[in-house]
Amino acid sequence: MLHNLSIGELAERLSSRQISSVELTRHYLARIERFGAALNALISVTAESALADAAAADLRLARGERRPLLGIPLIHKDIFCTDGVKTSCGSRMLDNFIAPYDATVVTRLKEAGVVMLGKANMDEFAMGSSNETSYYGPVKNPWDTRKVPGGSSGGSAAAAAARLAPLTTGTDTGGSIRQPAALTGITGIKPTYGRVSRYGMIAFASSLDQAGVFARSAADAAPALQAMAGFDPRDSTSVDVPVPDYSAALKKPLTGLKVGILREFFEGLEARNAALIHDALKVFKDLGAQTQEVSLPHLPASVPTYYVVAPAECSSNLSRFDGVRYGYRCENPKDLLDLYKRSRGEGFGAEVKRRIMTGTYVLSAGYFDAYYLKAQKVRRLITDDFRAAFAQVDLLIGPTTPTPAFDIGAKIDDPVTMYLNDIYTIGANLAGLPGMSLPCGFIDGLPMGLQLMGPHFSEERLLSAAHGYQSATDWHTRAPKGYE
Amino acid sequence: MADWEVVIGLEIHAQLATKSKIFSGSATAYGAPPNSQASLVDLAYPGVLPVLNAEAVRMAVKFGLAVGAKVAQRSVFARKNYFYPDLPKGYQISQYELPIVAHGTLQVMLDDGAVKTVGITRAHLEEDAGKSLHEGLANASGIDLNRAGTPLLEIVSEPDMRSAKEAVAYMKKIHTLVRYLEICDGNMQEGSFRCDANVSVRPKGREKFGTRAEIKNLNSFRFVEKAIQYEVARQIELIESGGSVVQETRLYDSDKHETRSMRSKEEANDYRYFPDPDLLPVEIDTQFIESVRGSLPELPDQKAARFAKDFGLSAYDAGVLSASRELGAYFEATVASLGASHAKLAANWVMGEVSSALNRDNLDIGASRVSPQELSALLLRIVDATISGKIAKEVFEKMWSEQQSADAIIEASGLKQITDSGAIEGVIDAVIAANPRQLADYRSGKDKLFGFFVGQVMKATGGKANPAQLNELLKAKLGG
Repeated sequence: MLHNLSIGELAERLSSRQISSVELTRHYLARIERFGAALNALISVTAESALADAAAADLRLARGERRPLLGIPLIHKDIFCTDGVKTSCGSRMLDNFIAPYDATVVTRLKEAGVVMLGKANMDEFAMGSSNETSYYGPVKNPWDTRKVPGGSSGGSAAAAAARLAPLTTGTDTGGSIRQPAALTGITGIKPTYGRVSRYGMIAFASSLDQAGVFARSAADAAPALQAMAGFDPRDSTSVDVPVPDYSAALKKPLTGLKVGILREFFEGLEARNAALIHDALKVFKDLGAQTQEVSLPHLPASVPTYYVVAPAECSSNLSRFDGVRYGYRCENPKDLLDLYKRSRGEGFGAEVKRRIMTGTYVLSAGYFDAYYLKAQKVRRLITDDFRAAFAQVDLLIGPTTPTPAFDIGAKIDDPVTMYLNDIYTIGANLAGLPGMSLPCGFIDGLPMGLQLMGPHFSEERLLSAAHGYQSATDWHTRAPKGYE
Repeated sequence: MADWEVVIGLEIHAQLATKSKIFSGSATAYGAPPNSQASLVDLAYPGVLPVLNAEAVRMAVKFGLAVGAKVAQRSVFARKNYFYPDLPKGYQISQYELPIVAHGTLQVMLDDGAVKTVGITRAHLEEDAGKSLHEGLANASGIDLNRAGTPLLEIVSEPDMRSAKEAVAYMKKIHTLVRYLEICDGNMQEGSFRCDANVSVRPKGREKFGTRAEIKNLNSFRFVEKAIQYEVARQIELIESGGSVVQETRLYDSDKHETRSMRSKEEANDYRYFPDPDLLPVEIDTQFIESVRGSLPELPDQKAARFAKDFGLSAYDAGVLSASRELGAYFEATVASLGASHAKLAANWVMGEVSSALNRDNLDIGASRVSPQELSALLLRIVDATISGKIAKEVFEKMWSEQQSADAIIEASGLKQITDSGAIEGVIDAVIAANPRQLADYRSGKDKLFGFFVGQVMKATGGKANPAQLNELLKAKLGG
């Protein structure tokens, strides 16, 4: 079936004209029509422009143009601004917002020749770990529709897992690519902070947000990351470091690779989860890697640190949604204050409000030092821990999540329990490091993720390690029942 | 009043003369139709990001070096959070804990000629807000975001000023300086240069400052003076009648010449400052600082010192003539064609006739209707005794209104001075003959009548007799 082919295989068939991009696009649009509504994975489907873009790609292919993603369909997380297309960020606040420009990520992927099929559901303003905070309702996990797909990029992960597109984009502020990738049995990569431009990506927490990609393998993710990455003069925090050839790096042998086992990740880890990670470590050893235990003593403080820093930034970032220039505006405001209060009160959901209030509190006079400043100090200690670890090892390995996907509704009323889902992923965001999640087995029939983390700008190393692992295992080829 | 000391500090907002905004590529030109210079970044659309304008940084560094301040090699932009419709992001990007410029000083000449050193606490970069429009809209307010994101340099002084006049002198000096540096056009009507004044009073001799009030948004030197004078009187009266000053923000009403309360300290916003995560710290190396230092023009104090030394001008005259780069250039161009030995004459004319004609016609020195070369051609006729200073003033008026050269006017109007002794003697003789009574009185000791005879001769010659010659000849003739 077309939807089980790799990006490389699809590109080959497209370039040899065995299939056209229009055929491929129709195939995926049909799958979206068949499965999309039940999974609630998409907020918008852009069938008409997709077919037009596919036809344009076919013309370029017919003229002999060859690019790895030319004519390949893709779904963008609805956090990326797309010119002329609704960009809701999963919020009532932006339900009526048609973006007037393309995010840099969108522009670059367009230039690479991808065909956008639609926009993926997500937690409201990327705040959530279960995709239950979306104004458009929860996304369902294709492995078990009673379960959450994880979040905040839950729609993107579910769509990739259900084979609604070969590639989907996501963003990761505290684990929002890696955690849903793990819970849906998909490969997800969050690059180094600054590797991919944040321009046009609606901000949640600016110092942590980073765009990335979901695919069914590291080999498929490589050309997508290649297209997205690189310095952007419109994002001052993007870094001007050359982008290596990620696809070429995939086949690098793992002989001599020093893999660090994070002691803190195994403390209190559920036995079946730990066993999966140890199985994965065995695979790496068989591939020639060496393993050694390392410790990041400050890592356990990462969740509380994150839940000070991220809300602080979000409380300020979301101030622009005031009902004045775009987005939701309340009916018949009495005066300016009423306009602000009701537009924001009615436009934002509960989790967003909770974080705005938390963030406002930690930045307030009298609390700033005790919370925000202290969190920044701890953040530095965590970053230093990682630096020390990477002086000893090339990569760190651990679980992506503490548990497999949980029931929809099980944690939504208990924010602290919900926040603990990100216990293993937040560290990489605080330190700005690249991280990946790869399918590594199942617990109770639900997929689990193996997490890889590397030093800044080590995406090549992560991808080659992941590709090595996926060449030796087949977890990443498993599809949820009914979506094969 | 004698028992009170006034303490004033100013926060001056100078709009930097960059072509584009501080964090977006939009133009900064004044007076464009509403929102025609507001990009997606200025409108704070979802997903957009600020990118710092390097020219604004260069200008701030220029200022820092000109006031002998420390230019920070690392400064940080912070967000000042508050809701207002003219603030699209819900926060203003400013510098808070780590400003780009700190610890400068400025020498300010006061009216009595004394020089006072005023401390400059800091100067930091920030973006301006937009403005709300209320006219012509029923039940609604309009928002014009053309000004949103315009770069400002906020220059904060130490509380070093002791009177409204000192505050104005300081503000004028900053105004001179930013225009010298070409970092601000100084246009106060358009709001390019404005200030907030922090005012308090304390009993003379006491060290502890009194409670201050901040008067917002003063956009003329006159308003600064009036507002401070009013505020000082208000505070003294309040304290003397048993009340106490509360810390608050006040607005100046320029129609009523009074200040009134805007908001108290309790009502003040908690701005929740924190470093802006969208912008990296501004890192400046010494090489950059030195390259900016190398590009600094001659500064007002340096120019004044040079004028005093090279041209023998008084400190006051040198100060006036160096108050703007353009005025200094006009003066120097005049001296260049006239000769340095006549610099004092040129200075008097530039500060006198030229300045009053400019004021009368509301023109800048750059738009003077008499050029430095034309002026020096006129002054040359005084130097070579072709005309008297008095006649020269008439000629100047004609040059100004008719746009002709001094020589052409002198020639056409027959204004050339009479320097022929015989001719002058002839007139004197006639005058003496016509006034025998006055002659007798003069000779019997009424010396004051000398002036009468001068006047009569001048009248008879149409003012053209050479005054020195006339004096000499008349004295001899009257003496008999």
